Amino acid sequence: MLKKLLPFVEHAIKKPVWDCRMCGQCVLHSTGMTCPMTCPKTLRNGPCGGVRENGNCEVIPDMQCVWAKAYDRKVSLPMPTVWKEHFNELRPPVDMRLQGSSSWINLLTKRDQQTPAGWSTTDGDH
Amino acid sequence: MSVMREKLENTNETVFTAEFPSIDGGGMAKVEKSAARLAPWFDAVNATDNPAAHAHASNTSSAIAMKMHGLEPIMQIVCRDKNRLAIQADMMGAALHGIENISLLTGDDVTAGDEPETRRVFDIDSTQAINIARILTTGTYLSGRKINPAPDFYISAVENPAAPPFDYRIERALKKYRAGAKYLQLQICYHPDRLEKFCAGVAKIAPDLKLIPTIVLVKSAKPLGFMNDKVPGIDIPLDTINRVSAASDQADEAYKLTLELAKHALSLPAVRGLHVTDFRHDDSLDSFMYDLGQKPRN
Repeated sequence: MLKKLLPFVEHAIKKPVWDCRMCGQCVLHSTGMTCPMTCPKTLRNGPCGGVRENGNCEVIPDMQCVWAKAYDRKVSLPMPTVWKEHFNELRPPVDMRLQGSSSWINLLTKRDQQTPAGWSTTDGDH
Repeated sequence: MSVMREKLENTNETVFTAEFPSIDGGGMAKVEKSAARLAPWFDAVNATDNPAAHAHASNTSSAIAMKMHGLEPIMQIVCRDKNRLAIQADMMGAALHGIENISLLTGDDVTAGDEPETRRVFDIDSTQAINIARILTTGTYLSGRKINPAPDFYISAVENPAAPPFDYRIERALKKYRAGAKYLQLQICYHPDRLEKFCAGVAKIAPDLKLIPTIVLVKSAKPLGFMNDKVPGIDIPLDTINRVSAASDQADEAYKLTLELAKHALSLPAVRGLHVTDFRHDDSLDSFMYDLGQKPRN
């Protein structure tokens, strides 16, 4: 029951504020409270090289680049330091199976932290 | 070992790479012609992957064709057209044919191409792709399935030093380095001050990351205007375009500008070479390379 209800509640709250796309693995806290899934290329690790001179999106010329906005917010908004530190972490590929599910449940169950068995990061040890 | 890896990791030599013209019709005869023009000057050439969102002969097949003609390919893989399975297949296909240099890019949007109605893929992004290439070299696919022996890639990526958000570009270069990129080819840049700031920033936070800025050979102000108007992420100051358009000999002025930009780029920290691209029929390549103190090989 809760599993069916929560996605509706989550979407109702997050859609108007962040234009949430219900990827089911929310990373808002680490991306300057800006949803990377609203990037037309759904880039989760920073901006592409096509950002316009005025800071707007290559694909949607009258929209500010999602990552330009994220970076501005990361720098200027008051946020827990740990959130800011997470900004440059390497976020893994999206698990398409979670599309439409509640990221709140996936957070609590740690389902959103599951990555493919081969995924690893060097974590700076390069 | 690839020449790129050998030179960048074991020497202090400056490397020169070039954009290999996209392959459409004309078969191997055409490849041979392009190869003959570039071979005397370059350590490696980019085998592009549907550049500017236009379909051409595939990245892997082009890279193989270049290799057959004695050139060392840097095989690009963009995230726009392929999902993670296809991208890993591209990487393993490269390894199968002895292609070591692979470069991972986001890719221009489909709206930049001639088939804007195309479905975008972007299943993974360029930094994830770099990390997946590195994972393959440790002997597993993303799934964890073993690869024995593991492929041996010399991984690179691309960054735009002159597009907003400027400060973040430096952090993003570090992120790509940490994911596994050993060098970055940089997007065309007509803002020397921005390039300088980017290179200095990278040298400071990622001292082992090598940078290869891109220089374009142009013959007049027209291609400058085209790049400024049409190529995503490239801004050319009006003064720069006017400098060329107002000259009595546009080709000569464009050449001087290009040479200035190239020499400036080579003087910057972290820069280990140049990537050269032209509009195919440019005849100034030889003199440009001579003017940079290079001599043809063989």
